[in-house]
Amino acid sequence: MITKRIIPCLDVKNGRVVKGVNFQGLGDVDSPVRLAEFYSEAGADELVFYDITASAEGRRLFTDILCEAASKVFIPLTVGGGINTLDDFDRVLKCGADKVSVNSGAIRNPSLIGEAAVRYGSQCVVLSVDIARVDGNFKVFAKGGRENTGLDAIEWIKRGVESGAGEIVVNSIDTDGVKRGFDLDLLAHVCMAVKVPVIASGGAGSIADFITLFKTLPGVDAGLAASVFHFGEIKIGDLKAAMAREGIPARM
Amino acid sequence: MVAIVDYGVGNLFSLKCSLAYIGCDAVITDSPEVLHEADNIILPGVGAFGDAAAKLRSGGLDKAVISEAEAGKPLLGICLGMQLLFDESLEFGVHKGLGLIPGRVVPLEDMPGWNRHLKIPHIGWNPLKITRRSPLLKYVDDGDCVYFVHSYYAADCEKDIIATAEYSGEVTAAVQRGNVFGTQFHPEKSGPVGLGILKAFCEIGGGGQC
Repeated sequence: MITKRIIPCLDVKNGRVVKGVNFQGLGDVDSPVRLAEFYSEAGADELVFYDITASAEGRRLFTDILCEAASKVFIPLTVGGGINTLDDFDRVLKCGADKVSVNSGAIRNPSLIGEAAVRYGSQCVVLSVDIARVDGNFKVFAKGGRENTGLDAIEWIKRGVESGAGEIVVNSIDTDGVKRGFDLDLLAHVCMAVKVPVIASGGAGSIADFITLFKTLPGVDAGLAASVFHFGEIKIGDLKAAMAREGIPARM
Repeated sequence: MVAIVDYGVGNLFSLKCSLAYIGCDAVITDSPEVLHEADNIILPGVGAFGDAAAKLRSGGLDKAVISEAEAGKPLLGICLGMQLLFDESLEFGVHKGLGLIPGRVVPLEDMPGWNRHLKIPHIGWNPLKITRRSPLLKYVDDGDCVYFVHSYYAADCEKDIIATAEYSGEVTAAVQRGNVFGTQFHPEKSGPVGLGILKAFCEIGGGGQC
């Protein structure tokens, strides 16, 4: 029985974790490598490194960091942020990334998904979509959730999977940061539309939110979160133990 | 020394790093001489079977790998590298493998009684069920999770299976036939459990030293 994955996401800017992180017993940490090691030891099933750097210098720092993390942490690593071309895929895969997540780059150039899937395989191509409700309809947003593209989210996701995306990250803008649980309504729509793994993101505030997610929607494969892990509000070990108690398959 | 066979398929960075991490001296090579000098050989691989088999053959590396394995050198195939150890694969046509382990590679959905609600590829962490003791699994406990990414699996090879994972039915997770080993999952991405498997493999060849 395949287990449900728990995935912390690290936003990296100029080679450091944004805002830093404060763990009991670990102190302030802004090294993505140390944080990756910490999460891996804590039982994270996968890590996402999200590059929010804009400069070329920052990009180089990011790939250096990625190489170092991949040489010390032996769980799957997904890289997102600034992926616009096949060269970007190449750049991060060479540094130990296993999967590459595309978002705005695929909106600008939808053929990127298909080209990457042919070259690297669908298992390597993750389509990440920022979604919010507009007049009751799910719409795709670009530029970190600031710009409504007008695209219907479910149609966009179906098209991405048909083009070769092997996994979908669903970021709900409506629930993000609210910490009152994942966007179950949106996720149910996505799970009905596609047969590839679906990763829920946006809204986790407590362990109970993950339990509700996996119990309500068996089609969801993984839960992704950032700040609740970074600030120690949810400890991955406690979360996994709670999942096991609730009968949700978890890697202990 | 462990030789990682480089035949232009997939990314070897993580595999090399994982071996370095456990103290194994590993080299990435496309040279039959280096394969001959090595204590152990790892055959990695991601992508499509036909393309990989053709690339392995074009450099004559298939013959080198087969002759080293037949001479008794420990060989470990990982993921597509494991599938290549078998007689043939039905991935996009019929393709010949290395024939080191009897069996064939077929689509997951061809499994008898396949559960159509399950997703393909089979991606994620799945617990191992150890079906036969093997030196490769000496640091592994029944139920330890490892990381899978695949759409095809090895069938008709029951005799050589050492571990399975449950996905609709029993999916071949690891095999051993004498000195030839294979894992469908990625030990280099399976955390401490995976590192233990790589360590055990290195110990089979190098007289206890990595």
